[in-house]
Amino acid sequence: MDLNLTPQELRFRDEARGWFAENVPKDWVKRRDEEESMLGRFDYLRKWQRKLFDAGWAGISWPKDFGGRGAAVMEQVIFIEEMARAEAPPMANVIALGLIGPTIIAFGTPEQKKRYLAKMLSAEEIWCQGFSEPNAGSDLAALSTTGVLDGDHFIVNGQKCWTSYAWAADWCELIVRTDPAVPKHKGLTALLVDMHSPGVEVRGLKQMSGESEFGEIFFRDVRVPVENVVGKVNEGWGVAMGTLMHERGTFGAALQVNYRRNFNRLVEIAKTIDRNGKPASEDPVIRQKLAQCYAEIEVMRLNQMRAFSRINETGVPGPEGSIQKIFWSELNQRFQQVAMEILGPYGQLAHGSPDAFDEGQWAYGYLRSRGNTIEAGTSEIQRNIIGHFVLGLPKSY
Amino acid sequence: MQFGLSESQRILQSNARKFFAAECPISEVRRIMETDTAQDQKLWRSMAEQGFLGVVFPEEAGGMGLGYVELAALAEEMGRALVPGAFLSNLFAGAILDSAGATKHLASLAGGEKTATVALLEASASWNPEAVAMPTLAGEKLFVPDAESADMIVVVARDAGALALYLVESHAVKKTLMPAMDLTRRLYKVTFDHPAAELLVKGDDARKALDHALHVATVALCAEITGGMQRMLDIAVDYAKTRKQFGKPIGQYQAVQHQCADMLLYTESARSAAYYAAYTMTEGNSDAPTAVSVAKAYASDACRETGNRAVQVQGGMGFTWENDTHLFYRRAKASEIAFGDATYHRERIAQFVID
Repeated sequence: MDLNLTPQELRFRDEARGWFAENVPKDWVKRRDEEESMLGRFDYLRKWQRKLFDAGWAGISWPKDFGGRGAAVMEQVIFIEEMARAEAPPMANVIALGLIGPTIIAFGTPEQKKRYLAKMLSAEEIWCQGFSEPNAGSDLAALSTTGVLDGDHFIVNGQKCWTSYAWAADWCELIVRTDPAVPKHKGLTALLVDMHSPGVEVRGLKQMSGESEFGEIFFRDVRVPVENVVGKVNEGWGVAMGTLMHERGTFGAALQVNYRRNFNRLVEIAKTIDRNGKPASEDPVIRQKLAQCYAEIEVMRLNQMRAFSRINETGVPGPEGSIQKIFWSELNQRFQQVAMEILGPYGQLAHGSPDAFDEGQWAYGYLRSRGNTIEAGTSEIQRNIIGHFVLGLPKSY
Repeated sequence: MQFGLSESQRILQSNARKFFAAECPISEVRRIMETDTAQDQKLWRSMAEQGFLGVVFPEEAGGMGLGYVELAALAEEMGRALVPGAFLSNLFAGAILDSAGATKHLASLAGGEKTATVALLEASASWNPEAVAMPTLAGEKLFVPDAESADMIVVVARDAGALALYLVESHAVKKTLMPAMDLTRRLYKVTFDHPAAELLVKGDDARKALDHALHVATVALCAEITGGMQRMLDIAVDYAKTRKQFGKPIGQYQAVQHQCADMLLYTESARSAAYYAAYTMTEGNSDAPTAVSVAKAYASDACRETGNRAVQVQGGMGFTWENDTHLFYRRAKASEIAFGDATYHRERIAQFVID
């Protein structure tokens, strides 16, 4: 057991830290809180990602031949943490970087890697992930969007939903049913679909937090060339599972830094807000709750460190990623509730209220966290995965 | 960076697992726990031969001179096997003697010829050394583990207001059993009436030695708790795979399966926190006291929650004396309390990160 960075990792960290110190845009933190159109903000993030790409910071662990840096997973993790620590803006093309790129690296043809990966890193082409459908959420393999072979094209018809960044996407990793005659997991195929193709229509879906991060996509007789199949025809389930493991494996890396920052801010607030004639930070009950949040954020960081060490050794994230997913999502909900208790009546004040703490981000954070145990696989599905794939209990569904 | 056991640490852990599986199966635990002291001399001598008793004591004092990660790896296996007796109290006393410079006593502790324990808690039942009030060796100490089987007792007391650590012979004091929940470790009330005593260290040095030893023992306990949680999880999952109701293994029902998943989440998380605390103590990092409290706060709640689920999953069988779960469940409660429960350690965390 050795948690010290190797000399090489240390050099990498210092280089990243130095670059961020000089290049993180000064207007970002303020800009984040301002009323701004989603498209305007996205355009800003896209330019920021381009800057990272040009400086060699996009795709740390991706192959050099395709625009990446060719470094180890541990460097990727260090980079994500440094980025969060510097309060840098996120990259625009998150779905491509976190999920679809690694999937193409694992399952794609040399031509696909050459065609798509570098443009993911430069944010020239934005990606979304077309998995869930109105009647196929947790039971993803029940999806009914069809792909029917017609010469050298698949004709795609159907509807996807809860698709993050659908409104910005140029491309989509789409799972379709190509063989309805076989058991549900065996007739699926992963396709790379040009979102600008005729027959693709995107509609926004407003969330309880007030934003429209995700949307619905309708496919009507959309033609997709057969060379856009990822992996093999009718073997799309394995490709989809690979994508989801990446979603659970490394997605949390930046979260622990953000959680720690939110925690520190909440402690500052607790020192200024009154509770029974004393600062809330001196109230024994509040102290217990804050300390519990601190402990859990720390445990989440340590669980992740262990998981990353394992990925570094084995090369792939495992089903243990489901533990991380449950942990970060349920922890954030508990933390946001503690924030509400400390803020008292101020907690409910929304963006635009001059009396709100931190421009209303606590009210927003509380509402947004409600989605955490649903997005990227519900807590119930994660517990099924742990039960069956980790503990070896019989499949419940 | 690598978060996990090294090759040599893995070997130590796997040897310990094999050793306890052979020397201390659950039938042996049940036999030993029925004895007066729950401390078995034959098992103790075998553990000494393996080097387990002096794992973190310096080599020149007769120990193995290994780090706290090795200690954690060993303690985890002892928790898994529910090893009865004085390991933890002996470790706590040895760590005080080591810190206080009284290393001449360590060889006999590491070699298994003698055992020692620590008399810390009083009627106030506080783990905070500030709460110690007993004047120089006259009064009562409570919740002293393994005092009857111990040859020596390290006593935490006050000499004219200053914290002071003494060493007394166990036969020179009166010990009264405090029958308690954990059947594998005995607690005693110890009455001091001016026994012959060796002053080890006093004032700030006493506090430092005590704090250090508390951290060592707490880290070992956190790892031991993790091993116990793993065992409860394994027992419950095995049961859920074989027990059938409504024609199906009960582990196929999500209401049962999800409780097993929670147990794994708690166990793995407690493990991460315990090993990190052990690691950061070995490195001598400044965050070590916080890491120890994070590990203990988390493990204390997590072992209780895991125990509750392990019993629940096994239904009526889990509630029987014959089923081994209750032995681990009892130990879990004693461990939750020992060296401060979650509430105690959360307040410590608050002092470190809020104040």
